Amino acid sequence: MKIAIPVDDKSVETNVCVSFGRAPYFMIYDTDTKESFFLENIAASSAGGAGVKAAQTIVDNKADALLTPRIGENAADVLRAANIKMYKTTTALAKANIDLFIADKLALLDEIHPGFHGRGGN
Amino acid sequence: MRVAVLSGKGGTGKTLVSVNLSAVADKSIYIDCDVEEPNGHLFFKPDGVQEQEVSIKVPQVDNDLCNGCRKCVDFCKFNALAYIKEEVIVFEEICHFCGGCVLICPNKALSEKERTIGKIQEGSSGQVKVSTGILNTGEASGTPIIKKLLEENRPNSDILTFIDCPPGSACVVMESIRDADYCILVAEPTVFGVHNLDMVYRLVKLFNKPFGAVLNKCLEGDNPALKYCLDKNIKVLGQIPFESELGKINSNAEIAVRKSKKYRDLFSSLLETVKQEVHHEATSNPER
Repeated sequence: MKIAIPVDDKSVETNVCVSFGRAPYFMIYDTDTKESFFLENIAASSAGGAGVKAAQTIVDNKADALLTPRIGENAADVLRAANIKMYKTTTALAKANIDLFIADKLALLDEIHPGFHGRGGN
Repeated sequence: MRVAVLSGKGGTGKTLVSVNLSAVADKSIYIDCDVEEPNGHLFFKPDGVQEQEVSIKVPQVDNDLCNGCRKCVDFCKFNALAYIKEEVIVFEEICHFCGGCVLICPNKALSEKERTIGKIQEGSSGQVKVSTGILNTGEASGTPIIKKLLEENRPNSDILTFIDCPPGSACVVMESIRDADYCILVAEPTVFGVHNLDMVYRLVKLFNKPFGAVLNKCLEGDNPALKYCLDKNIKVLGQIPFESELGKINSNAEIAVRKSKKYRDLFSSLLETVKQEVHHEATSNPER
């Protein structure tokens, strides 16, 4: 299966990014081949709706699960519609979270924040 | 003559200033553009209130007609559309109702539907016409309501009008001051107040609007907002003292100029200064 994670850098040693919609990159890890690659998040520079566009990228890359520290309501709606499961990261390193996920030690993300729309300019 | 009253944060005195200036004038219009929490009507308690709904047009999709080309998804600058499992999903609250997706769809799978986002109320209180915009709870942007409020009052632009703006310097404020002939910046006498004054100062400079400042809650001693005005060469139109008498009148939702001669004199004098400033601007900068 394919796992997506918002990350700060294009490196296997990268940390998880605190933001989903505006993360600079996504790491896509394939649990079968144990290979990973990085996607640039074109939504990061959006004027608005970054979460929706970022989620579309995750869907289009056929990920089965997303590991993220948090996610907004609209992005979560897109992922739910695509049956992509969301799990909450518990440590900084992206790689460590993948290991935890494979060991079945990450919980489903149950807190969805209402988004940041309209704060400071809509 | 349209005068917008704005400040970098809430609670500075925009409503105090705009309500009292409107009430002290011979004939005026008061427009409450603070559509997320309009409170001017609490002071005016207008009679004969007429209400009309404000709606926007948002896209709706017929997925049977959609061929999955995604032109709409790619077009939307605000990312209000997603394409998941061969269906277009619309995020109405992100939509900025430009109508572009409907135009661009080659299969006519998208059409527009009306969505009510709030209302405007118009009534009168003495010689003041009171217009209030109310945004429904949970809606993201009050801009369409502000547009409607200003449009409704445009035929009366010769009547002295005070526009009570939302706090801050975001889009809703820009929309509120767009047609203003003059801006009043209301500031508090604190370092924080100066920070907020600076935000709206930069906004009115950007919009090339003539403006002046009213310093509210003034006490004896140093006033950082006054210092800022002097440094930036901003005309100080008037100062309102920090007094429990005024606080009490305001807390009881009463209009100071209708309750006390002292405040009637204060705001009459402020109104004259504002009128002179606007007149001066109109004659010295006719191109504005």
